[in-house]
Amino acid sequence: MTPDLEAVGLSKTFADFQAVKNVSFTVPAGSFFSILGPSGCGKTTIMRMIAGFLEPSSGDIRIKGESVLGVAPNKRPVNMVFQHLALFPMMNIADNIGYGLRRQKRPKAEIARKVDEVLERIGLPGIGQRKVDELSGGQKQRVAIARCMVLEPDVLLLDEPLGALDLKLREHMKLELKALQEAFETTFIYITHDQSEALVMSDQIAVMNQGRFEQVGTGKDLYYRPQTSFVAGFIGDSNCWEGKVESVDATSTLVRLDNGSAIHGVFDDRTSHVGDSVDIFVRPESIGISRNASDFLDCENRLSGQVHDVIFNGAASRVMLRDSQGGTMIEVALPQSGGSTDLLKGESVHIGWRAAQSTCFVKGAV
Amino acid sequence: MTQMTARLGFFVLLMPLLLWLALLIIIPHIDMFLLSLRERVGVGEYETSFANYLILFTEPLYIWTFVRTAVMSVLATAITLIIAFPVSIYIAKIAQGRLQQILFMLCLIPFYVSELVRTFGWMILLRETGIVSNFVQWVGIVDRPVEFLYNDAAIMVGLVYTSMLFMVVPLVTTLESLDNSVIEAGYDLGGSTLSVMREIIIPHAAPGIMSGCIVVFMLSLGNYLTPIMLGGKDSLWFTEMIYNQFIVRFNWELGAAFGFMLLVLSSAIVWAMLRLTGQTLAKTME
Amino acid sequence: MKSGFKFLKHTFSVFAIGAVAVQGANAETLRLLTWGGYAPDDVVEMFKAETGHTVEVTKSNNEEMIAKLRATRGGGFDLAQPSQDRILGPQLEFGIYKPIDISRIDQGQFIQSMLSATMANTTVEGRVYGVPHVWGTSGLVMDTAAAGDIVKDYTDLCDPAVAGKVSYRLKRPTLIGFAFAMGMDPFAAYSDEAAYKDIMDKVESKLIDCKPNVKTYWGGGDELMGLVRSGEVVASMAWDTGGWKLNADNPNITFVAPTSGALGWIDTFVLPAKGRADDAAYDWINFVMRPEIAAKITAAAGNFTASSGADAFAEESLKARYQASFPAVAIDNIKWYPPVPGGLEAIEGAVLDRVKAAQ
Ligand SMILES: Nc1ncnc2c1ncn2[C@@H]1O[C@H](COP(=O)(O)OP(=O)(O)O)[C@@H](O)[C@H]1O
Ligand SMILES: [Mg+2]
Repeated sequence: MTPDLEAVGLSKTFADFQAVKNVSFTVPAGSFFSILGPSGCGKTTIMRMIAGFLEPSSGDIRIKGESVLGVAPNKRPVNMVFQHLALFPMMNIADNIGYGLRRQKRPKAEIARKVDEVLERIGLPGIGQRKVDELSGGQKQRVAIARCMVLEPDVLLLDEPLGALDLKLREHMKLELKALQEAFETTFIYITHDQSEALVMSDQIAVMNQGRFEQVGTGKDLYYRPQTSFVAGFIGDSNCWEGKVESVDATSTLVRLDNGSAIHGVFDDRTSHVGDSVDIFVRPESIGISRNASDFLDCENRLSGQVHDVIFNGAASRVMLRDSQGGTMIEVALPQSGGSTDLLKGESVHIGWRAAQSTCFVKGAV
Repeated sequence: MTQMTARLGFFVLLMPLLLWLALLIIIPHIDMFLLSLRERVGVGEYETSFANYLILFTEPLYIWTFVRTAVMSVLATAITLIIAFPVSIYIAKIAQGRLQQILFMLCLIPFYVSELVRTFGWMILLRETGIVSNFVQWVGIVDRPVEFLYNDAAIMVGLVYTSMLFMVVPLVTTLESLDNSVIEAGYDLGGSTLSVMREIIIPHAAPGIMSGCIVVFMLSLGNYLTPIMLGGKDSLWFTEMIYNQFIVRFNWELGAAFGFMLLVLSSAIVWAMLRLTGQTLAKTME
Repeated sequence: MKSGFKFLKHTFSVFAIGAVAVQGANAETLRLLTWGGYAPDDVVEMFKAETGHTVEVTKSNNEEMIAKLRATRGGGFDLAQPSQDRILGPQLEFGIYKPIDISRIDQGQFIQSMLSATMANTTVEGRVYGVPHVWGTSGLVMDTAAAGDIVKDYTDLCDPAVAGKVSYRLKRPTLIGFAFAMGMDPFAAYSDEAAYKDIMDKVESKLIDCKPNVKTYWGGGDELMGLVRSGEVVASMAWDTGGWKLNADNPNITFVAPTSGALGWIDTFVLPAKGRADDAAYDWINFVMRPEIAAKITAAAGNFTASSGADAFAEESLKARYQASFPAVAIDNIKWYPPVPGGLEAIEGAVLDRVKAAQ
């Protein structure tokens, strides 16, 4: 099956600034594809090239196998939900949604029927005659999506559509958007700088940084098997240390941190050499914590230290620990079940994790 | 007690505005209306009647001038709008930074000189021995001097030129308030330039269009120098009639009737424009 | 209370003037409503130095002067300068002037014939309202090389040979001039409204016939000068000074007295009914009528004054142009405007309106 959308070697240069650098990806039909990256990394630029508002400097964009280069935005089988929604304030809701159908010169009765249908599907039946500013943020959101979906586009582009909503509504809309995408069975391309949005909704996520795609994969892949130092640092929380490779053997690598501590780690399918400068990432939830050193006999990394602080945040509670050997600050997840919930400041504890849990990246390598 | 003081304070604050309205607008108009009702029956003798209005409506010249002034002003307003709209879109949406400022300044430049000088400028350009005439001869379109002055087209050029700024400013202001992404959404959902213009840009700019049109229409209707100096021997303009009655003919009574009719005319046309486009004055003044 | 205030104001001015060490025991501000060129800056300066009076000049024309005075019922100005034919009618209808105390005027400085004629023309109920100041004529300004052989009188402006190259104003002097050129005497018909209307009807049809010949009806002096200087207009009805000014640049262009006679006007001094600075007004009149001062005004305005002996001080070039335009017979043939009786404006206005509207 041909993918709904394919970008090949896409680049965009503004004057002297390259905003998008040689980006390629494929989005299978009916999937939810996210582009995740910090603000300013070039996400919107990619989106505008797909929608047709920007001409790529090089590369190709294919929709259902056909190149759309040179096709005007109003002729492309893609629609876009804008960052601030861009509903037409001069029209009521029904006219907003019917706008695209009117452009296709559909009969009036058909337009009215389709508008009613789509309003039904987004759970807002009967609001057609209201004005745009009479709707709540979440309702506007849904109308903006309905306005595109009524045209049955091959691909729907969404540019940080939840950015303007408050936290609570955003959490709710994440699930709803996913449900809408499944209901419409349309390919969604979703831009965000919020990893949780991307992780919750997406089938595939591309992590983007400074105009490049760092890694494309499922949420799980990115979380557990980051391929670059940027992805490891950007997705989820991590302890991050710098050090030098001291020795390499078949199963693990020994890294000496700058403060003298030694950490066992693994390289993600890359060979490293003694003396390389590396970054080591260890997730707080990968580290076990206990009052008994004997709990970690099977761990390659075993440390002890003082509790510096306990941060209670429900399921995401943390202990900040100062390593008694090198003085490094280590963030450790504090499970709310088990024997360690009563830790006190200043108490001595033991921690340990497997070498496989500390991911290392050689500095400067891409 | 406090409510009393508050109310008093409100009136004290409002007083300058009320005084201004009363002294400069309402009282002179009442005075003018009363004057227009006086009929001169002899040297220094007057009677109250509508005779002056009757003269206006029975003398074909006056009616013709009245209608002509109104039609030409509406036309000038329409032409100004047609020229100013693309210019405003360019300034508000396409031009960036410095270019935007320069274009805006260009619209302002005509107002660096007085109306008289501005009109003389056009006379120098358009006259038989003027620059435009020499240019078309030089290009070879014609082989003898052409008079571009002293006709209705010259009046139109002068009126449109003078009015440009007053149309561009409200248009640019409203167009700038239209989010670019709303226009892009219009294209994205399949709109052509024409339909985006008709369904999105023009409806959004409607209040700006209206206030621009009202100002330009009033300015054209009340213009005195431009039609007279550029119009030549057939330039009939209602303000000239009013001036003639007041100053040349010593007939203040008829002049007042004319002036009052001009007020009625402009109010009526503004009202009609608002009704026609479904706007309210309040919305237009936002 | 009011006089107290005035007294204070006077004392204040006395102090102010005293500081400049001039005589003026009762220096005033003279608000003068006049024509362009009639109160040149240097004359105003000299007047102030000599008398201590300050002069505030407002430039205007006949119609606006009367309209302004009418609006304030004769207030706002202390001295005005309408033409002599525009004093009687407005005075009868609106009462905007006050009589002149002839004893306070230095009559010896005036050309006697002009003084007595003006006084006679501006006498209402035995009281004199005006004395003459500047006089001049209107006739034809033309490019003699292009139109000299064709245009001898106003009606020749309608000759097809100069079609599209002539101009005149759409104002009452044009009506009067055409009437004379058509062999009628409108001044004689002033007192007979029916006869006057008859004359005006004939003039009206002539002007309507003539309309296609006219390039444009000129409005202001600058506009006319531009038209003639550029050669777009070769002959126009205009003031003598306009022709003389253009003559300085182009010897072919000059003022020509039409065969039916140039129309002569005299601008006067009148006292507005509510003028407050009569002393200064009389001082000004006597000051500017001195021959050497009058010559300065002639230089600025381009027209001669009623000051006797000022000719001696006038510029030679101006005198030469004057003599070229006015051979002795032409001077005798000047038609001086008599006072306009009220009511004629209505007849003339209707005629002018119809000419303007004619297609
Ligand atoms: N029209 C433009 N001209 C010049 N630079 C631009 C333009 N549009 C975007 N950029 C630059 O390109 C980079 C990427 O922008 P964008 O794609 O909007 O980022 P994101 O959507 O990821 O926040 C930014 O540094 C921005 O300043
Ligand atoms: Mg963006």
